[in-house]
Amino acid sequence: MVRLIGILIGIGFVVVAGISLITGVITHLTTEHVEDAAHALHEEPRNYDFDHDGPFGRWNRQQLQRGFQVYKEVCASCHGLNLVAFRNLSEIGYSEAAVRAIADQWQIQVPSINPDTGEPAGRNALPADRFPNPYANETAARAANNNALPPDLSLIVKARHGGANYIASLLTGYRDPATYRDHHGQPVPEDIRPGQGLYFNPYFPNINIAMPPPITADGQVTYTDGTNPTVDQMAQDVAAFLTWTAEPNLQTRHRAGTAVLIFLIFASILAWFAYKNVWANAKRTVRVAGPLDPENMARREAAKDESGIAG
Amino acid sequence: MATVEHTEEKGGPAVHHEGANGAGGDGVRRRDFINIAAVSAAGVGALAVVYPLVNQMNPAADVLALASIEVDLSQIQPGQAIKTVWRKQPIFIRNLTPAEIAEANRVDVGSLRDPQTLAERTREGKTNWLITLGVCTHLGCVPLGVAEGENRGEFGGYFCPCHGSHYDSAARIRKGPAPTNLEVPEYTFKSDTVVQIG
Amino acid sequence: MAFPWAQPYEPKNDFTRWIDQRLPLPRFVYGAVGGGYPVPRNLNNFWNFGVLAGIALTIQIVTGIVLAMHYNANADTAFQSVEHIMRDVPQGWFLRYAHANGASFFFIVTYIHIFRGLYYGSYKAPREMVWLLGLVIFLLMMATAFMGYVLPWGQMSFWGAKVITGLFGAIPLIGESLQTWLLGSFAPDQATLTRFFSLHYLLPFVIAGVIILHVWALHIPGSGNPTGVDVKGPQDTVPFHPFYTAKDGFAVAIFMLCFAAVTFFAPNYLGHADNYIPANALSTPAHIVPEWYFWPFYAILRAFTVDFILPAKLWGVIAMFGAIILLFFLPWLDPSPVRSGNYRPKFKLFFWILVVDVLILGYVGGAPAEEPYVMISQLGTIYYFAHFLIILPILSRVERTLPLPNSISESVLHGEKAEAAPYGTPTAATETGSVVPSKTL
Repeated sequence: MVRLIGILIGIGFVVVAGISLITGVITHLTTEHVEDAAHALHEEPRNYDFDHDGPFGRWNRQQLQRGFQVYKEVCASCHGLNLVAFRNLSEIGYSEAAVRAIADQWQIQVPSINPDTGEPAGRNALPADRFPNPYANETAARAANNNALPPDLSLIVKARHGGANYIASLLTGYRDPATYRDHHGQPVPEDIRPGQGLYFNPYFPNINIAMPPPITADGQVTYTDGTNPTVDQMAQDVAAFLTWTAEPNLQTRHRAGTAVLIFLIFASILAWFAYKNVWANAKRTVRVAGPLDPENMARREAAKDESGIAG
Repeated sequence: MATVEHTEEKGGPAVHHEGANGAGGDGVRRRDFINIAAVSAAGVGALAVVYPLVNQMNPAADVLALASIEVDLSQIQPGQAIKTVWRKQPIFIRNLTPAEIAEANRVDVGSLRDPQTLAERTREGKTNWLITLGVCTHLGCVPLGVAEGENRGEFGGYFCPCHGSHYDSAARIRKGPAPTNLEVPEYTFKSDTVVQIG
Repeated sequence: MAFPWAQPYEPKNDFTRWIDQRLPLPRFVYGAVGGGYPVPRNLNNFWNFGVLAGIALTIQIVTGIVLAMHYNANADTAFQSVEHIMRDVPQGWFLRYAHANGASFFFIVTYIHIFRGLYYGSYKAPREMVWLLGLVIFLLMMATAFMGYVLPWGQMSFWGAKVITGLFGAIPLIGESLQTWLLGSFAPDQATLTRFFSLHYLLPFVIAGVIILHVWALHIPGSGNPTGVDVKGPQDTVPFHPFYTAKDGFAVAIFMLCFAAVTFFAPNYLGHADNYIPANALSTPAHIVPEWYFWPFYAILRAFTVDFILPAKLWGVIAMFGAIILLFFLPWLDPSPVRSGNYRPKFKLFFWILVVDVLILGYVGGAPAEEPYVMISQLGTIYYFAHFLIILPILSRVERTLPLPNSISESVLHGEKAEAAPYGTPTAATETGSVVPSKTL
């Protein structure tokens, strides 16, 4: 009975799903297939080889400091870093005094109140403070950026497919839409070209991004460690720095993981041999010595006979 | 057809299920070493896992970052005091006048409930700076006496209105139920006008 | 207990005797997972997954309780509190990643456990109740996981909650009120977040309770085995301890190895980047998808694109829930007395097609709702319903099964195929009535 009802219900679902399927197939076959131009133009992120890549990845502290310098001089005026505290900078190699100086001299003040009047005021940052937002609120941010909202960069590397590769590709990916050719050699169609306030960048999922190219020329930042500041170098350095801001425990995690895996491999080997040891005789003779086991039953019968109790 | 009694006698007698160690009168057998080793490895693993579970309850990094603060003393005139917060507790910072210092030193230390000299409660060369927790050692109220016009008790220091503890100009307990003097936290002078507490 | 030859509990020392006389917990544990619970000797590694599911639940509860010490269920600060855990709480990153990936591993292990049940006929008499309770656990797991994913209050948290609670709105008459009642508001909001936190904390303990019933129901007939042939005597079983504690110990070690590898080296692989963006009610993500373990059901939901008497959206909801509800009827849809797929060649074929079908549905469930993925999901949905509702009922009527072994011990000693006879043939064991009168098979 259940089976009969089941078959009927099954036929019902199959028919309804079938209607959707057939309708879909007919639509697909009869409609003009328009290639999504934006889809065709979109580029996958390039692969850079960061020091932190892979299971044995480690931080390159020099690079992280350079990246911080790029963030500070190029990005910080529009993009916040509100999940990172100034004190965290000691993890990438700055001394305590340097951290205090960076915090104290930070261009943006931490919101506070005037201790005498109680009016809103700013104060210099302390190492314990998080990086203050460049704009008071979202409305102010949009007003200053042509209605676009510059996202906070603390987690940007984890919040975008492609991670650090995507960030570095994006920063170096701005192209002139008039002269750009995709890999089929096709030019950018008129309706895709960026309008006012937008810039063409094939690495961006929507092709046209509201951020103007932030790194425009070699030497835009002068590195304190003397590294040659090419556009590519600056983009990679800031992408590495942003990987650190998103995932500050990456190195600890990798180190702990290696230790844990080594221990677990060792424990698994022991567990395997213990298992084999316990089961060594299992297929030959393993008896549960319970009351109904034939051996015990036989023993009980024999005992009964001996004592002469009627069975 | 195979019958129920089919057994193979080689390989030793039937293994009875007395547990993995099979301590059937033999003690721990050599062949059970691997079982013990495996269980021990599991035990070590379990302990290793317990560590982060327990340690996570310790103060987080952002709380620890506020474990020490710096205070600017330049605005505090002799005879004035301020209240500030350190590790979520009130701190009293008073700039003692020479009269108050003299009065504190005049007291017979042996007669105090919690014997301490003013020198023991301040830094060398900076005996005018009295930095203490603003927490009464009786049951934890915040004593009066910091702000202008507040009751400073019978000994010219601090007065706790909750149960009537009187502290003197060196914040030592003189009268009332509090057992000890106001606690002096760890502090160092970064300069003549800046002190780091904690 | 299931079998009369089970070793009764004997306290080993005065201390355990004292406890046992006052609270028979040692006796109870001994009879459930100790030397006093006989288990078929021929279990393969697919029988390890039940225990692994229990371990996964334990990991989730422990890490969850500890995370709850730091998490803040307030819409304005929830996202930050999770980042506070990741950055400032000592080893917080480990706890968070373990909990997030632990959920994935709980589902991986449970799906394998369910498919073991499907293949070996574990849902058949006399173990129907075990199967039904298991499905209840599965539903509770899905509810728990769904609510847990909302808690970080990222973009996917918010929009996933919006989509799934929106499904309830498709129910005629009561839909709108039901949706508002669930949310406590007109969209996922503060009210939704706090109640999801409360229920997310509660349900795992309900799951633990249902697991106790699930294992209890199993221990009445005793465990099934890969041949599907009943236990006939003590020669067919071994005590759970030390045999299966040792075997499970190894399985747990391998499970931990896989779990650690993902948690430490690829902790965000199974997640979605968009959930690292704080929730924004005014900005919809390009592709809203749930976590991977919901993808097959999501594919079924999105497969219905055409109105037919009922709106397409409602069909999707009915089909998605139907896909799980029909499993409750499986013991009666497929009442074939031969349990194990090893002896049901046609069933075995369709079983593997089902596995491939579910994997395909999973893949398209995570893909954008575009062609050709929609067509593939429609084909996949058709097969899924056909398999359980049409194919299995017919198959159980018309199939020819292979001969079954006479007993477990014989299959262990001589291999499963030898010494076998078609189902129903009287055997020496059943004829002489030696040892234990077993049930018909």
